[in-house]
Amino acid sequence: MEMQGEELINAPREKVWEALNDPEILKQAIPGCEEVIKDGDTAFSAKVKVKVGPVKATFNGAVTLSNIDAPNGYTITGEGKGGAAGFGKGGADVSLEEAPNGATLLKYDVNASVGGKMAQIGSRLIDSTAKKLAGEFFAKFNELVSDSAAAEAPAEAAETATETVAAETAAPTEPALAAPAAEEPKAEEAPAPSASWMRPTVLIPVALAAAAILYMLTKGGN
Amino acid sequence: MSAVENGIGASVTRKEDQRFITGNGNYLDDINKAGQAYGHFLRSPYAHAKIKNIDLTAARAAPGVIDIFVGADMAADEVGGLICGWGISSKDGSPHVAPPHPCLAMGSVKHVGDQVAFVVAESVQEAKDAAELIEVDYEELPSVTDVRKAGVAGAAQVHDEAPGNQCYDWEIGDKEAVDAAFANAHHVTKMDLINNRLAPNPMEPRAALGEYDRGTGEYTLYTTSQNPHVARLILSAFVNIAPEHKLRVIAPDVGGGFGSKIFVYAEETTTIWASKKVGRPIKWTADRSEAFMTDAHGRDHATHAEMAFDADGHILGFRVATKANMGAYLSTFASAVPTYLYATLLNGQYKMPCIYAEVQALFTNTTPVDAYRGAGRPEATYVVERMMERAARDMNMDPTDLRMKNFIAPDAYPYETPVIMTYDSGDYPQTLNLAKNMISYDGFQARKAESASRGKLRGIGSAAYIEACGIAPSAAVGSLGAGVGLWESAEVRFNPTGSVTVFTGSHSHGQGHETTFAQLIADKLGVPFDNVEVVHGDTTKVPFGMGTYGSRSLAVGGSAIVKAADKIVEKAKKIAAHLMEASADDIEHAHGVFSVAGTDKQLTIGEIAFAAYVPHNYPEDLEPGLAENAFYDPLNFTFPAGTHIAEVEIDPATGVVEVVDWAAADDFGNVINPMIVEGQVHGGVAQGIGQALLEGVVYDDDSGQLLTGSYMDYCMPRADDLPNFKVEATNTPCPSNPLGVKGCGEAGAIAAPAALMNAITDALGKEIDMPATPEKVWRAAQSA
Repeated sequence: MEMQGEELINAPREKVWEALNDPEILKQAIPGCEEVIKDGDTAFSAKVKVKVGPVKATFNGAVTLSNIDAPNGYTITGEGKGGAAGFGKGGADVSLEEAPNGATLLKYDVNASVGGKMAQIGSRLIDSTAKKLAGEFFAKFNELVSDSAAAEAPAEAAETATETVAAETAAPTEPALAAPAAEEPKAEEAPAPSASWMRPTVLIPVALAAAAILYMLTKGGN
Repeated sequence: MSAVENGIGASVTRKEDQRFITGNGNYLDDINKAGQAYGHFLRSPYAHAKIKNIDLTAARAAPGVIDIFVGADMAADEVGGLICGWGISSKDGSPHVAPPHPCLAMGSVKHVGDQVAFVVAESVQEAKDAAELIEVDYEELPSVTDVRKAGVAGAAQVHDEAPGNQCYDWEIGDKEAVDAAFANAHHVTKMDLINNRLAPNPMEPRAALGEYDRGTGEYTLYTTSQNPHVARLILSAFVNIAPEHKLRVIAPDVGGGFGSKIFVYAEETTTIWASKKVGRPIKWTADRSEAFMTDAHGRDHATHAEMAFDADGHILGFRVATKANMGAYLSTFASAVPTYLYATLLNGQYKMPCIYAEVQALFTNTTPVDAYRGAGRPEATYVVERMMERAARDMNMDPTDLRMKNFIAPDAYPYETPVIMTYDSGDYPQTLNLAKNMISYDGFQARKAESASRGKLRGIGSAAYIEACGIAPSAAVGSLGAGVGLWESAEVRFNPTGSVTVFTGSHSHGQGHETTFAQLIADKLGVPFDNVEVVHGDTTKVPFGMGTYGSRSLAVGGSAIVKAADKIVEKAKKIAAHLMEASADDIEHAHGVFSVAGTDKQLTIGEIAFAAYVPHNYPEDLEPGLAENAFYDPLNFTFPAGTHIAEVEIDPATGVVEVVDWAAADDFGNVINPMIVEGQVHGGVAQGIGQALLEGVVYDDDSGQLLTGSYMDYCMPRADDLPNFKVEATNTPCPSNPLGVKGCGEAGAIAAPAALMNAITDALGKEIDMPATPEKVWRAAQSA
């Protein structure tokens, strides 16, 4: 399944980029995320607990980053295994654009799929679960990034060690749930940023894992 | 009606229901053995993948694990793969392609749910937990699930042995004659039709309990089977589990089958095999998810059909091309379903001068497809009856008039069709007229106008179905490629005190045999209904049997019982003659009373049975005892037929279809228990309505994932989806069996989809495919 979306983050682009590459922030923002481990400059693994309707599982995911272009964006790809619950895999292109009032517009373009029980049982619930998880992720991420942006104010802003950070973003890879929902994007394409996070966007760059999961879910749903 | 209480023709309430509705049934999962272990299958989450490695190390060390088996373990024991028992030849004479069908994967998986490993542990939960620890290194491969895409160049290849995914490319009929007929046609109707894929959904999931006796070397397999002897035959002769005399198969109370429990599956096979390996009984019970993934699915055809008519609306010729989805492997009888159980019924109830049908069977990365209630015949009726209705609309005729014009005349039997069937009896105008009266067909326009005044769309549609049941004459099916004979056996055994035990090779998994067959004995032998016990489902108890499917239990199994009862009467006459000091030729028999002609001397069957077992005064030349076996092989198929008419009202604002009326006029020949027959019609129609409105197995086109793996996404019909059915019967007795019966188990499921879709498309004024979900109907209504 494929899904595009965008999210307005109340922080400067560098801050957002940094946060996207900060395992700790990702861990806090991704719903159900238990750990994010940096395996290398461009590789992360993560453990995320996800529940879609009757299917509950802990997904062990691995993600890699490519096309890294700090602070403009990157491509994240990964795969997550949820044992009896199935698997998910997918990827997302993430880009950051400067927006008015010092904010950042995060755009993502996700492609993901799920398999196994998650596809068989979860497809009917994927849309709503994806919306919920994406909403939770963005709310938390926005909060964390805004706070840190406010606190650290001027100095470091621009410089940031983009590279190192970049690698970490990938953390939670959990692609598990998505089912192919071709129809789903239709009505929800709302351009208004405020509305956009309500969509089943699941995939954020950041939360690949979470995202992936959601996707899969979304994908499945018809 | 019979002179005997609870005899033939009486609506006796079902004796088995007492235990079913009081929770005293004995289903497979109710059975437990001392020392029993539990099995769980690790299944493929991929539609198609290569297995590069399986690491069992961690799983073997998990708590409670007794052993874990993979495909190589079964291969090492030379336990063969699963077979397809019906050979079909392609147009060029080549046999169908039957790729290996291992019980546990050998290097690759071909559909979601394919068995990868079998974990045996002290508890189900421990087996499941251990399965989670098995590390399988998969390399995902491209997959194909849609039968319309499977044969296209570049499609993913399911088996190396089947280039282009083709299982066979088969034909029947006279192509040249059909081409000539079309050349002279006044009108040609063409349609493309999808027959949606269905999951069978018996209430009780499949299960198995395997046990090996080291002392005797005997295996016992308790399994949810519709035909335990056939399972034993296949497991012995082809799968190499054990010789037949060392393998006992027991199918106890079975909670529904609808065809899906005919087949010999990997799970039951693995369970019985592994019971010897671990030296303990092993139980495996499918959960509902496994049922969706692995119970053989039904239907899944894509068909193009063309029918040629003359200027008066007479059929000139019929041309059909069908692609049939076989799934990932050939199931036990899969090859026969879209060929000899389908194309041979494309003649419908009509005088068709010529027919030509081609069927291409294709492998896909999906659950295997095999017989499901109706098995080929619903697919045929769907094609024929959608075409007839559509042709009538095209030609501005009333669809029932077009049918009437083309019906085979009631005096034309036996009637040979262009597709090898010989119909033995019927009266199609009678059932059509009955159905029209039942539903007040002539008042439809007024009802339609009334609906329109409320903003609703009303439609009416008919289906004049025919099926070939009572499956089947062994010589006939043998000549068509069946690997087995399809007779049936029975034993009627009197006990010394006059009660009777009937052993039948038919298997009851909802049909009510314990009642119907007891009625036969009550009627034929005068034994009180309550003194008759019907035993089935155990290869050690029952002489032999071919099982229950194809609406064959009464026509074939019941006929075997009648033949055994006839032998009882013959012997009882000799005993009676001795006891009453008369000639056997002078003994008259009626309903268990044996009398000497022209006298008032008589004996009951009970008295004779006692004499047979306590033969103090007994004919010298006669064996003691009163028990007889019989095997019965029918002369022909039976041909139940009738007309169902559906009336619907559609709310164009929501797309919801309400089935507002249903008339079922069926000719099942003679009827033993009208109540049970009516129940079978209700159940069949409900299943057919489910197919037309609600049900459909969906795979993701890209990944091959099963998306309808639970009742959240696979919608079954419920009581409030159904109208009050009007069910009536006509009777042209079947000349091909001693009971004159035709079979009723599948009729509803055969007639209903076509009738309902004809009604819906009538209301909408446009074609849509099954299932007619509210979304589909709403879109059609909006674009009208």
